[in-house]
Amino acid sequence: MTDPAIRIATLSKKFGDTLVLRDISLEVPRGQVTCLIGPSGSGKSTLLRCMAFLEEPTSGSIEIEGEPLGFTGTGSARRRQSPAELRRVRGKIGMVFQQFNLWPHMTALGNVSAALRRVRGLPRAEAEARGMAQLDKVGLKERAGHYPAQLSGGQQQRVAIARALALDPTIMLFDEPTSALDPELTGEVLTVMRALADEGMTMVVVTHEIGFAASVAHTVCFLDHGRLLFHDTPEKVFAAPREPRLEQFLDTYLDRGAQMLR
Amino acid sequence: MSFDFAVILARGPQILAGLGVTILIWIAGTLLAAALGFLVATARRFGGRFVDLALSLPVEILRGTPFLVQIFLLYFGGPYIGLRLDPIPAGLIGLSVYGAAYYAEIFRAGYQSVPTGHVEAAACAGFSRGQTIRFILLPEMALLVLPPAMNMAVILLKETALLSLITVPEMTMTVSAIGSQQYAFVESLVVLALVYWALVELANLLGRLAERRLSTFGTP
Repeated sequence: MTDPAIRIATLSKKFGDTLVLRDISLEVPRGQVTCLIGPSGSGKSTLLRCMAFLEEPTSGSIEIEGEPLGFTGTGSARRRQSPAELRRVRGKIGMVFQQFNLWPHMTALGNVSAALRRVRGLPRAEAEARGMAQLDKVGLKERAGHYPAQLSGGQQQRVAIARALALDPTIMLFDEPTSALDPELTGEVLTVMRALADEGMTMVVVTHEIGFAASVAHTVCFLDHGRLLFHDTPEKVFAAPREPRLEQFLDTYLDRGAQMLR
Repeated sequence: MSFDFAVILARGPQILAGLGVTILIWIAGTLLAAALGFLVATARRFGGRFVDLALSLPVEILRGTPFLVQIFLLYFGGPYIGLRLDPIPAGLIGLSVYGAAYYAEIFRAGYQSVPTGHVEAAACAGFSRGQTIRFILLPEMALLVLPPAMNMAVILLKETALLSLITVPEMTMTVSAIGSQQYAFVESLVVLALVYWALVELANLLGRLAERRLSTFGTP
């Protein structure tokens, strides 16, 4: 039996004395899209950041394709991985941030090809050819020479997606990728993400785009106050929300839509 | 009374030699100060809380005491602890250490100016810490760090004049010696002021050129 893309076991996370994730266990199957939804402060972004070891779990474990991430062993036998080992396991993951986090001193092509050159040691020409192919994939070949400050938010986020894809990850993590964008620019980013999902990329997406979650996700996870309350197919989650807290959360979305019609 | 610059300028070769020592100590001292300051800032940023705290003390002392007192302590106080230095090495070390404290603060601000997310993006792209410093943090902070770094270089140039007091044969010592020999004190001071000013303007010009070269990526 092959390991799932990500296996999270009894994960808890504290910031100081505040428990932000409580005892979360979850398996992300390969080739599927998993969306994390929930109100602000529910811990969904923290959970996603744990999957890239940008946050250290206080307890519990995360495995990427069967390999431990960040720590080896559990409990008192837990040891931190060496930086090189962490980089190797993390290499399977591509991360896309809410604030894009492009490097402002590099062009779009520079952003996409930097790690290929500096980390993977490819010759410049080859790194740039690969980078250009990724920019082409997100529809930004013509913007290759632009700096981030010269691009719109939606374009910056597409460059960020291309930057992550250039390193051939098997899993893509998205942390509220459209929350910093106005509705007009949200569409172009979601289109790129839909295409990626259609290719069979394993994706974990923290999102407030309920429509995207409903139409693209294989699994929707609902978090509230650091607990994973519910995870199931989008049909089950959205059509018949039996969990009162989830019902309440979804109602706020419906309310907002209704208010617009008034 | 009348000014007679001819008696000063007649000693051109001597003045040039002094100017040479000034420029040498200034450039070497500034480069060493910037390098040392960068190391201190990097250690404070990545070395954990203890290293940060341990390094903050010398930085505060160096920034909180006059440069003249520091070089007197080094040159005249050094022998008491077995540290006997010739004037030029003493001056170079004094200037480098003094400047390093300020450069450490400049680079510390530079590190802080780079958003955490940019470093996280580098970590996710597989950059090691050293690669992140070299390819992300340093170039990203360069534009912000350059103006205060050049400003500090200019301050260090002017501070080299104090090295005359520990008998470093730099320009201030040379020219004021000529001034006293020739009874032309004011003239020597005017010549000194003009030469320092010219050097400062030259440094500022280089700084502006560097800034323009760096500012292509369109962030303030």
